[in-house]
Amino acid sequence: MEDVKLMKGNEAVAEAAIRAGVDAYFGYPITPQSEVIEYLMAEEPHKRTGMVVLQAESELAAINMVYGAAACGKKVMTSSSSPGISLKQEGISYIAGSELPCLIVDVVRGGPGLGTIQPSQADYFQMVKGGGHGDYRLIVLAPSTVQEMADFVELGFELAFKYRNPALILSDGVIGQMMEKVVLPPQKERLGDEEIDKRYGSWATTGKKNGRERNIITSLELKPERQEAHNLHLQAKYKEISEKEVRLEKINCENPDYLFVAYGSSARICQKAIQLAEEKGIKAGLLRPITLWPFPSKEINKLAEQVKGILVVEMSAGQMVEDVKLAVNGKVKVEHFGRFGGMVHSPDEVLEALETKIIGG
Amino acid sequence: MAENILTPEEIIKRGELVFKKTKLMTDNELSYCPGCGHGVAHRITMEVIEELGLEEKTIGVAPVGCSVLAYEFMNVDMQEAAHGRAPAVATGIKRVYPDKTVFTYQGDGDLAAIGTAETLHACNRGENITIIFINNGIYGMTGGQMAPTTLPGMKSSTSPYGRDINMMGHPLKITELIAMLPGTVYVTRQAVHKPGLVRKAKKAIKKAFELQQENKGTTFVEIVSNCNSGWKMTPVDANNWLDKHMLDYYPLGDLKG
Amino acid sequence: MTEEIIIAGFGGQGVLSMGKILAYSGIMENKEVSWMPSYGPEMRGGTANVAVIISDERISSPILQNFDTAIILNQQSMDKFESGVKPGGLLLYDPNGIIRHPSRKDINIYTVEGAAEAAKQKSSKTFNMIILGAYLKIKPVVKMDNVLKGLKKSLPERHHHLIPMNEKAIKIGMDKVKEVNKL
Repeated sequence: MEDVKLMKGNEAVAEAAIRAGVDAYFGYPITPQSEVIEYLMAEEPHKRTGMVVLQAESELAAINMVYGAAACGKKVMTSSSSPGISLKQEGISYIAGSELPCLIVDVVRGGPGLGTIQPSQADYFQMVKGGGHGDYRLIVLAPSTVQEMADFVELGFELAFKYRNPALILSDGVIGQMMEKVVLPPQKERLGDEEIDKRYGSWATTGKKNGRERNIITSLELKPERQEAHNLHLQAKYKEISEKEVRLEKINCENPDYLFVAYGSSARICQKAIQLAEEKGIKAGLLRPITLWPFPSKEINKLAEQVKGILVVEMSAGQMVEDVKLAVNGKVKVEHFGRFGGMVHSPDEVLEALETKIIGG
Repeated sequence: MAENILTPEEIIKRGELVFKKTKLMTDNELSYCPGCGHGVAHRITMEVIEELGLEEKTIGVAPVGCSVLAYEFMNVDMQEAAHGRAPAVATGIKRVYPDKTVFTYQGDGDLAAIGTAETLHACNRGENITIIFINNGIYGMTGGQMAPTTLPGMKSSTSPYGRDINMMGHPLKITELIAMLPGTVYVTRQAVHKPGLVRKAKKAIKKAFELQQENKGTTFVEIVSNCNSGWKMTPVDANNWLDKHMLDYYPLGDLKG
Repeated sequence: MTEEIIIAGFGGQGVLSMGKILAYSGIMENKEVSWMPSYGPEMRGGTANVAVIISDERISSPILQNFDTAIILNQQSMDKFESGVKPGGLLLYDPNGIIRHPSRKDINIYTVEGAAEAAKQKSSKTFNMIILGAYLKIKPVVKMDNVLKGLKKSLPERHHHLIPMNEKAIKIGMDKVKEVNKL
């Protein structure tokens, strides 16, 4: 029988992590994602799988614990919310520069500054465009259901290890706090030390056994020629990811007159707006990017040829809309609508924005 | 002249081998200034790891500072941490590999300024790691700025008229603080500017790594060192100044354990 | 079938757990469910509300502006949510502490003396189950045996001995619900 549970998004991430055979979680409490570490502490995964869970003294420390453990070839993760993620950016840049696989979960709240604890999608810039220093990319997955919160844990690790690159689940207070039905994956075994040496022994610091050369994990290269070469290597990797790993969902996109582009909980609200639009005789579709990086630019560009206008709906003052505009490249009108600072748009408001900004505008 | 100089092989053949570099130091040219204490501190740390047979299970963490490139010289698996974060990185390693030997090698700016929180909390949790702390009272790498451990009145590029404690605060005796934490099992202060002290420091490092094998808590070895470049002195003057002034404020010996 | 419900009152009244039991009951009937709480520093004594959706279809927005049913347990929530009930929808409330009663004529209005009945039971913890019983009497969106299964699922095992008491409270709610305005 399927293992169906009613869970919060935050709890689903935590349980999925145990079942994915994650070796360690390092975190620091912050609303609205503290349930992740609370759930893990209550579950005592060290008894279930041997998984390590540690509450660090800060987000800075937590992400650097992730660095240390990930550099050992282990399956390691952390989670936080926007202000905490800002703190983690230093470590994330080092992890990306050192090409370490790991999973980071950001349950976004409104900002800037201490902002609010209510849901937001205003971390798009800091997670998709960088945030830390240097030219690097994170693989960014945007769940819109509690089920996807659970599913993207393993998917995130799979991509992270495949490309030796940090992966990120970009969620928000709605998905983190809401409960839905979730079918949990079966328990996977954690990798043994020998298996880790076999798979990742060429780079992981596990102690230089059997006369092998020492492994060094660093993002430092003082000679600019060599740092440039390292950057070129990273860019080549990012290009490959862009070509191979785009994920998206299309809803009502067979023959729409208008298109919504939205991710996460905004995509859910757009689905309701599509139903409301239908009642008014307006044919609207939704393209939901599942990967925010790599971004589904090609698919958006293709759909831009078929529709009369695109409305980008985000809980931000307009962040992803920049990428949609780049993808559309002037082919059709693109507008942004969103509430922000912790406010969530209603389906009615979204439909009204479609009518005034796109259809009538 | 040249014909009088013996090659290493000839010396060894004549049975006069007095010193052999540990294989856990690479042949890379050290990036440290002549007279700097880092080279000795590196060497005795690596000698201890070799003597204890820990080569295959050791993972070291280099800091940001002069020893940022420690991984170029220490011939074991190494990670390079962000500035101040080495104890957090080491915590991550040790928690997923409790059977490995994990150490950090950090300077005073890294450990006692930007990384104070990570240092205190790793020690307070009693992480089974060894921290080697090089205290030379100055930021060497960035060109001789004031450090948290710079002595009162001591000149640096950011205290050009001497450290004014009313304005800049007091030198931080972080090792004393660390000795107070229940998570630490062995806390000691050593130096390496004289041969006798080098032997003592090596003994202390050995004890620290031995205690780590017993999972007894954090072991912490401070090494009061010099920085003739940053202090703007000759190597000999720097060592004399260290002896006269630094050790007054930072007295040598075991603080705990 | 889609039933969109808001349950609103003070923190500590069991608003969130009542929503959770309802959602679990929905799962027992193989329905799609969502449970979206207000969250934040307003815990015990502050206002708390949860939007629960039970549906035969995939649930789109978990955040609601309008509701098929509003279950109102304090004055602040009455002021906030009365207008959000869809025409023809249901408003169920406990009159305890309510000074401005609902005035709409285009919705069905019921009351249940939850606080008073819970006091009679000498257990304030049964309050939310009395309210739930009243709701299920008016709108049997889930079957009673599935509610009990839901209850069992949402309570930790160490609290399973409390299930009979909760079942009794649900029945009290079913008995005590009163019609105020029926369309």
